[in-house]
Amino acid sequence: MSATVDLVVRTRVHQSRRRRTVIAVLGALVLAAVATSLMVGQRFYPPADVLAVVLGEQVPGASFTVGRLRLPRAVLAMLVGLCFGVGGVTFQTMLRNPLASPDVIGISVGASAAAAFAIVSLSLSGAAVEVFAIVAGLGVALLIYLLSYRGGVAGTRLVLIGIGMAAMLTSVINWILDGAGNWDLQQALRWLTGSLNGVAWSDVVPVLCAGVVLGPVLLAQTRRLATMQLGDDAASALGVRLDLTRIVVIVSAVGLISFATAATGPIAFVAFLSGPIAARLVGPSGSLMVPAALVGALLVLVADFSGQFLLGARYPVGVVTGVLGAPYLIYLIVRTNRAGGSL
Amino acid sequence: MTTTHALAVEELTIGYGDRAVITSLDLVIPPGEITAIVGANACGKSTLLRSMSRLLAPKAGRVLLDGKLVHRTPAKELARVLGLLPQSPLAPEGITVTELVGRGRHPHQGILTRWRREDDEAVAAALDATSTADLADRSVDELSGGQRQRVWIAMVLAQQTDLLLLDEPTTFLDVSHQIEVLDLLTDLNRTRGTTIVMVLHDLNLAARYADHLVALADGGLYAAGTPEEVLTADGVRATFGLECRIIEDPVSGKPLMVPVGKHHTAAVGKAG
Repeated sequence: MSATVDLVVRTRVHQSRRRRTVIAVLGALVLAAVATSLMVGQRFYPPADVLAVVLGEQVPGASFTVGRLRLPRAVLAMLVGLCFGVGGVTFQTMLRNPLASPDVIGISVGASAAAAFAIVSLSLSGAAVEVFAIVAGLGVALLIYLLSYRGGVAGTRLVLIGIGMAAMLTSVINWILDGAGNWDLQQALRWLTGSLNGVAWSDVVPVLCAGVVLGPVLLAQTRRLATMQLGDDAASALGVRLDLTRIVVIVSAVGLISFATAATGPIAFVAFLSGPIAARLVGPSGSLMVPAALVGALLVLVADFSGQFLLGARYPVGVVTGVLGAPYLIYLIVRTNRAGGSL
Repeated sequence: MTTTHALAVEELTIGYGDRAVITSLDLVIPPGEITAIVGANACGKSTLLRSMSRLLAPKAGRVLLDGKLVHRTPAKELARVLGLLPQSPLAPEGITVTELVGRGRHPHQGILTRWRREDDEAVAAALDATSTADLADRSVDELSGGQRQRVWIAMVLAQQTDLLLLDEPTTFLDVSHQIEVLDLLTDLNRTRGTTIVMVLHDLNLAARYADHLVALADGGLYAAGTPEEVLTADGVRATFGLECRIIEDPVSGKPLMVPVGKHHTAAVGKAG
């Protein structure tokens, strides 16, 4: 008996050790990526200058470039990455389908279309745009949920309806941008693929607030989500209130994704990729929320940096993540077909 | 685990949508015994089990646990007394045996409670009871059907409930693994006094392993009682529409059903 207890403890500790190591390494990489994007650019600033600026001191040149341009951009890249990563993986976990990520099933595109509509057609700005994006994100999520509800939610049906929804909403964005004559290309691209160009502190604040409020709510669902992976009946029998948990998860995940999308546009595939990458790193055990959030942050930071400085021309961050994500999407669909899946 | 809990169903009507699967059913589950629910396909066996474990709200009537309405009992509170193993639960890809069994601890944990020593002990006890301790760090994907079913039973055991409901725990298992699983459930009943309610397809295994047999037919109760009382030629004809003969099981002394069928009846007719 006590030998078995030791065995159980050993197995559990072994698994959580791997998870902790991955989280620590990912966290360090995120910080390193932030530091790099603060130092490196058109002009290089040494760590001492960057640190001084971050601590609020005035450094000629660096205060503007680092403090006003690079720092908000890096912080926002990290924050939206965290939001996309955690929002994506909770959807994938809850619906038991890696394709069921908010950026594949049209939720991000919905938020994006609403934000574009608010800015271009209604000439709104600031908080009003955020409200539009969030309401639209929740609305699309609810619509997909209801359309796919037939005595229970099947992941596959929801994914297919969501993909149709995404296509429809993309054409809505195109139509809105078409009507905006003097809209410059850079801004247009933001609503189609996502971009961090021209980010200011005022863009950062709403995402930060959303993360502080909704992030812990989502993390508190970790155990319930883990139990729901065993199937609806098993989870109910273990005391999980399914409908309540689903609503809490959908509202907080869609909220995070929508706030992030309103700030940067839908950065392609970050929500979709973060969970599976985190799963490969962490292994099959334990919650993926924190690792996936960190992977998301790392993806956005690295993709933005590459898009600015490593690829010859300047590309918006969403183009880079799109190039990374599309092949994986195709691979996943091909694999599902081979396995005789119903997709 | 010495406390016994009384589970009963009164005038219960359940179903999906507008269709009632079971109408006005009264049933008492004997505490501390093994009850097997049998009946033809789609007679509502699984539906009854789901309703008794709060997963399906009654259209009319009630399910009572110790005199209290099951459907008014908070989910977690109920899950500490009554465990259910559904017919085909899902094992997340790559999950280890220890972690899967640990999921059974959910009703004993709050949102913020950390994993405790007693959780480890409950998991260990469940692994020992099901002889799956040697599989502790294996991935559930790589187990055989019989091993996997024992691990799922360990998961509901880690829940530490006095009542255990199982929906066809022997489906998809070959005959030796069926016996293995039913022996394991009998051990649990004998050593811990766990009340067991299971849906079984195989009438002969049900008659051998159950103390109490419940036969459903036509959306209601056909008969309930000891296997000798319930498993009769008339009973099988009424519930399954099948001609059969009942003989004594030479191993257990319980009734054994031998189906007649269409083709092999001549010898039986002459011998009978």
